[in-house]
Amino acid sequence: MTGIATVPAESSATSGTQRSGSPAGRRWSRTTVETRVLGVLRWVVIAGLLLFTLFPFYYMVLLSFRDLSSLLQDPGRLWPTLSELTVSTYRDVLAPTESGGQGFLRFMATSGLVAIGTVAVTLAFAVLGSYALARLRFPGHRRISVMFLAVYLFPSILLAVPLFIFFTRVGLRGALPALVLVYVSQTVAVAIYMLRNYFQTVPVSIEEAAAVDGADRFTIMRRITLPLAMPAILSNALFVFMIAWNEFLFALLFLVEDRSRWTVSLGLSQLAGSIEIPTTVLMAGSVILTVPIVVLFLATERLLTGGLTAGAEKG
Amino acid sequence: MRPAVSESRRAGGREPRGPGRGTLRGREARTGLALISPTVVLVLVLVVLPILWTVVLAFQDLKLIRLRTDGLFGNFTFENFADVFGSPGFWESLVTTLVYACGGTAASIGLGLVAALALRRGFRGRTLVRASLLLPYVAPVVAATFVWGVMLNPQFGIVNELGTGLLGWDEPIPFLSERPTALITVIVFEMWRSFPFAFLFLTARLQAAPATLEEAARVDGATPTQVFRHIVWPQLLPTIAVLALLRFIWTFNNFDDIYLLTGGGAGTEVISVRVFDFLVSRGDVGAASAQALVLSAVLMVLVTVYYRFAAKDEVA
Repeated sequence: MTGIATVPAESSATSGTQRSGSPAGRRWSRTTVETRVLGVLRWVVIAGLLLFTLFPFYYMVLLSFRDLSSLLQDPGRLWPTLSELTVSTYRDVLAPTESGGQGFLRFMATSGLVAIGTVAVTLAFAVLGSYALARLRFPGHRRISVMFLAVYLFPSILLAVPLFIFFTRVGLRGALPALVLVYVSQTVAVAIYMLRNYFQTVPVSIEEAAAVDGADRFTIMRRITLPLAMPAILSNALFVFMIAWNEFLFALLFLVEDRSRWTVSLGLSQLAGSIEIPTTVLMAGSVILTVPIVVLFLATERLLTGGLTAGAEKG
Repeated sequence: MRPAVSESRRAGGREPRGPGRGTLRGREARTGLALISPTVVLVLVLVVLPILWTVVLAFQDLKLIRLRTDGLFGNFTFENFADVFGSPGFWESLVTTLVYACGGTAASIGLGLVAALALRRGFRGRTLVRASLLLPYVAPVVAATFVWGVMLNPQFGIVNELGTGLLGWDEPIPFLSERPTALITVIVFEMWRSFPFAFLFLTARLQAAPATLEEAARVDGATPTQVFRHIVWPQLLPTIAVLALLRFIWTFNNFDDIYLLTGGGAGTEVISVRVFDFLVSRGDVGAASAQALVLSAVLMVLVTVYYRFAAKDEVA
């Protein structure tokens, strides 16, 4: 093999300690060098990645507890001192506007309402639809699947213009149910896709056994398929909740005129430009916006990542 | 079970292959259609029709202020396209969008690959590290952009503070308000936010790769880099191709990140931000639709490519 002749120079140091001298020994030493270098590099990369991904979150939490004046005096400090720690930022951001706060508690209620509404409606549609796609043969099956895939890939900005015009025209643009309906149309394709994949892993034989015993289609669904699919349905619900809670564009298009209807995302983005509101108070607002999502995500990480990568093995 | 009898008879008439099989098949088809049709109607009404309507709007002279009085069909014109294609802002914006989409896609997949390889072998706490790396992808975009904006703030942001204090920068860098740093910054942000997606995909693919191939190569004396180059990389390539297509589709149309970080200023005005601007700030519905249509056209091509190469057996 030509590889033996081109053993790199840096391997001589390790081959010296090995004392074997044979070509096979020297080749082994290149492997040793690479393994050692990569072994160290791996930890450097992991540490770097963690710093890169987590630092913004740390900074967010840090600033939300710091006092604004001390931040401006010493912006480079990465750990808080006990004297400057404050929770007044949270009080300010949560309190209603009448008492001088920013009214985030109200935003949270709106966000929660919209997100839960979206979850409920999406699941009602998606459970039925995905069952049909996974189990039943019907005309147009394939075309419908393709349509859902296309919808999943189509980004929301393309729908912004027509939906904005349509809901303005019918006078429902500020209405929360209209927003929920738009969110459902955006999430239902993904939800069906994820649930369908799960239904396909449930053995048909269980359902066939029930059918032989005389159960009709809906009894089978209610008594057998749905209980079996509960973990998938739950993780789906959380996934849809996260999408609806995080959504920004349609909240901006539909709700921006009326502050009493703002969601947390919209509220934070609208107040972010204002000079009167201290950055630390808004940082408390972003913590409030982020924490529910992070908690939900960490609680269900295993379920969710399975769904997110469904189909990756086939690639 | 009562209505099923008449249904199955009708369906049986359509299916020539024998009454018993046809009956079951017909009933199955009816149930299937009944279960799927609410979703299909919803998606047709709220996604497909609006997209088709954008085509009509793009050929109309429609202004937001006259929306309540004007008829929704009328004032047809080609001027929107003439205006859009004739303005230098559009072409500059198209180039920006392409740079942003290519840069963001490459950067996020690159970092995702590095992360997937680094976390491939098990160690204590890997589950926790993996979950932490996914956080940027699930965190609300508004909170993430806000923190980045503060971090990069020239007055009291931590990045400039460390840069001038430790790295010896002469003066703070206005990351989000100066060409060309603003475009680079939004690409870096896109990398931060999207690499977890690539990381997840590639990790799943790596787990599916048979260990025997790599063991055989190692026994034959291949070094770790050679194993990667000749055994692992070829296996990852199809996944990376699919990922690149998916990420490109989404980055190309990304609105939230850039709108929230720079508002489209300092040379970062991508087409999606322009569409929003024309719609909301200028109230020019026709021009906004015409530009959205350009985005759709590009997207249609990409989705077709994706469907051809990656999703064929996915959907069936």
